[in-house]
Amino acid sequence: MSTDTPDATTDDTPSRAELAARVEELEASLAEATEDDDGMKMSIIATKGTLDMAYPPLILASTAAAFGYEVTVFHTFWGLDILHEERSKDLKLSSVGNPNMPVPNAVAALPGMDRMTTKMMEKKIADNDTATVEELLETSLDMGVEFQACQMTIDLMDYDEDDFYDGVTTGVGAATALQDMADADIQLLV
Amino acid sequence: MSAEYDITETLDVKGASCPMPVVKTKAAIDDLAEGEILEVLATDPGSMSDIDGWASGTPGVELVDQDEGADVYTHYVRKTE
Repeated sequence: MSTDTPDATTDDTPSRAELAARVEELEASLAEATEDDDGMKMSIIATKGTLDMAYPPLILASTAAAFGYEVTVFHTFWGLDILHEERSKDLKLSSVGNPNMPVPNAVAALPGMDRMTTKMMEKKIADNDTATVEELLETSLDMGVEFQACQMTIDLMDYDEDDFYDGVTTGVGAATALQDMADADIQLLV
Repeated sequence: MSAEYDITETLDVKGASCPMPVVKTKAAIDDLAEGEILEVLATDPGSMSDIDGWASGTPGVELVDQDEGADVYTHYVRKTE
């Protein structure tokens, strides 16, 4: 390839400086893209608000945060109660519908049975030194987990934005959750 | 056992159950400097597998050793970056 013979393509051929600038530009965008990719992300959708089902999303969220993951938990329907400062301290365990319960469903359906099974579970949690829902939530918030409260369900349940723990994100919907799931390495519906 | 390592901090999570041993280990290791070793004392039998899994999946930490005692599980974690 001779440089001293001008031809038709000479004007279109980029100069050394132009190529160097282009390489630099590409390297910068590659570094940026790689940087975005190196962190793991997890997205959980929490839909349940019983005492037993509040645990899986919170345990996974706090543990993933300990791994250094970026974690988002989107709470919708009864899952919203986990983020509700008052209601989260009073989540109930259903004694009906679980055949593993020590009492038959017909007995479990009697008035006061949910209260009793909830008390039993709470006692086990305390005896076993298992963290409470509130502790797990506060720990996760401290670790940078993003908890989102579905706006549609807030309105549906007639909750107020101030009812939730400090640090909970409100004013988000399904599109936000979907975007998080699309970006995440792990997606879970609980 | 502990004499083999130059321990900077000791974290006592005896009595705590999943996920707290891992969560508290992470918080404690954040306060250490590169190269320093954290000793973790736990009674949760699951901590043997959990601290191992956490250390291998988390950048910047390395599980140096684990000691399964009669009542207490001891873990040695080094901060690598």
